[in-house]
Parts: sequence; C-alpha cells; structure tokens
Amino acid sequence: MVLTVKGLKASVEGTPILKGIDLGVGPGEVHGIMGPNGSGKSTLARVLAGDPTYAVNAGTATLDGQDLLAMAPSERAKLGLFLAFQYPLEIPGVTIANFLRTAVNSIRDEEVPAMQFYAMLQDRLKDLGLDEFWANRYVNDGFSGGEKKRTEILQMMVLEPRVCILDETDSGLDVDALKIVSEGVNQMRDDERSIIIVTHYERLLEYIKPDYCHVMIDGRIVKSDGIELARKIDAMGYEFVREEVGRANG
Amino acid sequence: MSEQVASVEVGSYSAGWHDSAAKYAFKAEPGLSEKVVRQLSEMKGEPRWMLDFRLRSLRHYLERPLPTWGGDLSQLDFDKIYYYLKPEAQNARSWDDVPEDIKKTFDRLGIPEAERTVLAGVGAQYDSESVYHNLQGKWQELGVIFLDMDSGLREHEDIVRAHIGTVIPPEDNKFAALNSSVWSGGSFVYVPKGIKLDIPLQAYFRINSDRAGQFERTLIIAEEGAFVHYIEGCTAPVFTTDALHSAVVEIICKPGARVRYSTVQNWAHNVYNLVTKRAVAMEGATMEWVDGNIGSRLTMKYPSVMLVGEGATGEVLSVAYAQDGQHQDTGAKMIHVAPGTSSRIISKSISKGSGRATYRGLVRIHDGARHAKSNVQCDALLLGESSRTDTYPYMEIDEDTASVGHEARVSKVSGEQLFYLMQRGISEEQAMAMIVSGFIEPITRELPLEYAVELNRLIELEMEGSVG
Repeated sequence: MVLTVKGLKASVEGTPILKGIDLGVGPGEVHGIMGPNGSGKSTLARVLAGDPTYAVNAGTATLDGQDLLAMAPSERAKLGLFLAFQYPLEIPGVTIANFLRTAVNSIRDEEVPAMQFYAMLQDRLKDLGLDEFWANRYVNDGFSGGEKKRTEILQMMVLEPRVCILDETDSGLDVDALKIVSEGVNQMRDDERSIIIVTHYERLLEYIKPDYCHVMIDGRIVKSDGIELARKIDAMGYEFVREEVGRANG
Repeated sequence: MSEQVASVEVGSYSAGWHDSAAKYAFKAEPGLSEKVVRQLSEMKGEPRWMLDFRLRSLRHYLERPLPTWGGDLSQLDFDKIYYYLKPEAQNARSWDDVPEDIKKTFDRLGIPEAERTVLAGVGAQYDSESVYHNLQGKWQELGVIFLDMDSGLREHEDIVRAHIGTVIPPEDNKFAALNSSVWSGGSFVYVPKGIKLDIPLQAYFRINSDRAGQFERTLIIAEEGAFVHYIEGCTAPVFTTDALHSAVVEIICKPGARVRYSTVQNWAHNVYNLVTKRAVAMEGATMEWVDGNIGSRLTMKYPSVMLVGEGATGEVLSVAYAQDGQHQDTGAKMIHVAPGTSSRIISKSISKGSGRATYRGLVRIHDGARHAKSNVQCDALLLGESSRTDTYPYMEIDEDTASVGHEARVSKVSGEQLFYLMQRGISEEQAMAMIVSGFIEPITRELPLEYAVELNRLIELEMEGSVG
C-alpha cells in the first residue's frame, strides 16, 4: 500500500463530515470515489492534502508509511501528494511558469536548470493542447472553469506526484476538454503512481478506468467494487446503494 | 565619532552600518537658523540671488505651521538635526579622485559595478554633498547635462535660475520651504531638444551621520521632444535617533517631451521621508512617476503632474509597503488644466503587522480642460490582523466633458490561496512572498530589472520569519 487511511474522522467548525474512512491505495492503482452531494468526498480529498479548515478528530493516514496528518501541506506535497482543486485559486501577477518552477524546485529540493524546466513545460503544454504562451498567463487569472481544470492537470504532469487526488476535476468541463484532461491523466498512469478520482458522475471514470470504485454516503465509504459499481449508479442513482446499505444494517 | 549600529527588531536591515571613519571637513551646528543658511551658502560660494532664495524660504519655513493632516510628526525634533555636512573630498570627475573611505561606502552599495555596466553616468551623494560624478563622453557630445545640483548652479546658473522654484515654489508647503532654504546636492539634468536617452541616468544617496538631514534638490528639464529615464534609489544605515529626509524634485517636460522618474525608497525605519515631487507637462508631453516606498518610519510623498499643455499625459505607478512601526502616506496628484489631457494613477499598498499604508490622491480638473480623462486604481492588501489601510481620494471636477474613474479594492491573503500554494510544495513564507509579488507585479514590471529584483528580494526578506 502507498496510501493507507484508517478510521479517519474529520469535522469543520464542530460539524462532523468524515465519520470513519478506511481506504487502501496500492502503487499503480486508480480508485474512483463517488457519492451524492454532502457525502464528504471532497472533504476527504482536502483533509488528506492538509486543508487547515478541517479538524482531524480521529484515525490515521499514511503515505509510504509516513504519518501524513502530522505534516504541513507543503511537506505532504514533498512526499509526493498532489491535489487537483475543485475550485482552483487565482494568483494575479504570478505566471504559471514562475509558479510551477518554484513548486518543482521546492518539491525536489534543488534548482532545476531553467532551460531544462522550460523544455519540459513546453512538452506538457503540447500534451494538453495548450498553446506555447499558456505558461506566461497569470495562474487562473480570468480562466474559464475548463481552463482552470486543464491547468490543474498541467501542474500535476509537471510535478510528477506519487499520489494524485483529483477533486471533481470533471465539473465544468465540456466533452472535448474532458477527453483531453483524461488523456493527460492516463498518460501519467504507471506502476508506481496512484490516482484517486473524486467525482459525481460516472462519465470521467469511463475515460480513466479505475481499478476500484468506492461510494461514500454520509461521511463513510459504504460500498466498494469495480467499475460496474459506477455504471450501476449512473443507471440507478445513489438510492440503490442507500437501500442496499440500509438492508445490510438491518 | 564612535560606531553606532542599532539593529531594527523587525527583520534584519541589511544596510545597517555606517562608515565610522568618515571624516567631516565641516559640521554645522544642529538646528536651523539664518546663520546656518548664510554659512551654508557662503561655503558653497553661491550667487546672491540663491542666498536670497534660501533666506526667503527660511522665513516662510519658520512662519508656516506643520500640516495637520498626514502622518504623525510629533516625535520629530527639528532643533536636533544637522542641516549641512561636507565630507572631505570635493566633487570628483573620475573614480580615481574619490577618497578611500568614501569609495568603500560606494563599494558596498555596488556603484563600481553599476558604473561598469550600461549606465550613462552616476551622480552619487555622500551625505549632503555630491562627491563623485562622471558624465560619459557621449552624453556630453549630445549636449546632455547631468551634474550634481551644486555644480549645475555653478556651471549653468542661467538655466537653474530660470527654472528653480517655478514648479514648486518655496511657499508651496512647509517642507518645500525647508528644502529651499537648506538644499544641498541632488541632480541637475538637462536634455536638449529631440535627444532621447536610451540608457537611464541614476543617482544614489546616503544618510550617514547621526541626526543628519537630507535635503537634496533635483531639477530635470527635458526640452521639446526629449526623453530621459531617471532612477533614484536610496539606502540608509540605522540610527537610534530620528533622521529627516526632505527632498524636492522639479521636472519640466516641454512640448512632446517624455520623462520617467523611478524611485525605490528603502530608508531605515527611523527616517522621516517628507518629499515634494512635481512635474509640469506641456503640450503633448508625458510624465511618468514610478514610486516604490519600502522603508522609513513615515513617508509623505505625492508625486504630481500639472497637465498644462493640450494632450499632455501623466502617470503615477506607486507601491507602498508598511510593516510594524511604519506609516506610508503616499499617493499622487494630477492637475488637468488643458484640454485633451489624460492621467492614470495606480497605487498598490501592502500592510503587514501593525503597519499602516495610506493612499492620498487628488485629481483636479479645471473648467476648460475639455475631454480630460483620468483613471485611478488603488488596491490594498492586508497581511495581518492589525494591519491598516486608508484611502483618501479627492476629486475636484469643474469640467462637464471630463471623464473620471476610480476603483478601490481591499483584500486579504486568503487561507485558501495559501493552502493552494502550499499544496504545491511551497512553504508558507514563500507563498506569502509570491502572492505579494504578484500583487505588485503591474508596477514592478515598469521598473528597470535590477530594481524589480531588489523590490522582490526585499519583499521576500520581509516575509521571512514573519508569518502569522
């Protein structure tokens, strides 16, 4: 296992959101996490990344055996954790190139030579169908939703993380953008890298086929299976999962 | 003089030293009086009319009350300041002529390197007197004059007499009167018709004595169609008693001329920086002020442009950074007198800790300034819980056809923004520095590269060890 989560409980301003999450993600695996609004799936993503607005109340989370919850967000990033934000932030006056170069240098704890970095950046821009001047734009400044999401994936490709968490990356994307983003993510699949895709809808999981699918309801993972689970939800909605879980609990 | 180096509590001040071996040929007594002014004028060998100018200014200074607005001047003891100092070396024409201890000071400020690079000439000021100046041959051939103000007065008396005090009369305000009575040093720049200088002119200053005042006087004249970019940057060591810097800069842009005046001010945090900067822009002329205020205990400075000729343009790009114990009271003034004139003010301020940044600006459009256009944008960034920002925008519009816009934004660095950057592996301090740099980027990109770098580095330094 690369990422191991046990009994994770978290709350915001006293309100419990995560009520005991157990999850294991191995190297090279892709996991989909679905669930209705308010199920806590984005919260799980953010708590793993170290969002300070959430309080962790119980449980553990480790990456390569190291205690994630004891680390600052930047330390977790250095360990290889990446979160593609659901609502990426604007950073006026800071170019994507500058931002990414600083990030890469921080994570690798060394100065990557400029020429090398910019050459690599250009390759990634091509992969995502972004023009060569894209990186001169200020981070997310005036970007459409789709442009922001593609820029998140660009960052992921440049930073080459061990564990990628995509938080509702598909929201706000049209079919074409969805295909491009999915190709980008699929390009990053290998035997070492783990990917967690948090999503509402089954469609993204058809493009990036997961090895495992989990459903979260009311702060817990209630069901896990393969991609068929996602398809069932698409066909029948989350109601059938609630019923199944309801019946199992007697 | 014994070596005193006091360190500022908030962060380290890298220029916190002074040359203890500095010898002063003459040190006037502290405090200001007619006697001091006469002594000063006599030592400089000035013409009678300049002595009269100084004395008239002194009289006004003594009568005029302190302003009741702006920053807090109550701690400043005017009687304890030395108003004139003269270091050993006379003004030199070549680097070899400059005395050793003074060279050492400039060495640390990096002037020899600057001289070796693409600069046209360096006018450097050691305390209240210009010591080293070197105008390169090329400019001399073009008829460009770049001298310290004392030499300018001596060698081009007619030009100076015709222009000094015409943009900022001594009676303009108390500190203009003060400067007009005890001014020393500063730059005199004259660019003849049609000459466009592609390399900026630079100057350095320094306060290097306990309780020393700095009263440089700068006069820049750009003839028709001329262009010059003048860069002013200062640094001062740290002292335990208050220092006063009260400069006056007058700029005349004749028809079709363009002048850009860039400053990065980084005085030690005990300095009162009270400056009057104003330009007159004639028909079709352009005046651009790029003003960066990082240091000082209190700065009161409002670069102005009087748009007196048809179609003239004025611009002020201002960055102010205030942290604990600092008050930056800065802004701009645009006076539209002629028709078809336009102006733009962009002010970016950052307040950290208990710092206070104030924008104070005036747009005045006279009756008859038909179709005048003016736009003001002032953005403030608050970094701490007790940081403070104020905005005092004044608009006096007496022309129906004028079009005036004003936008103001106040923001905090959001926790979400910091989290976003940190999630990419960037430390919290670095993230703050990045956000602040990005905030002022529209202005830093107008500064010459080395100044933009200095400004960003200063911001990084300021963000270190200070998050929370």
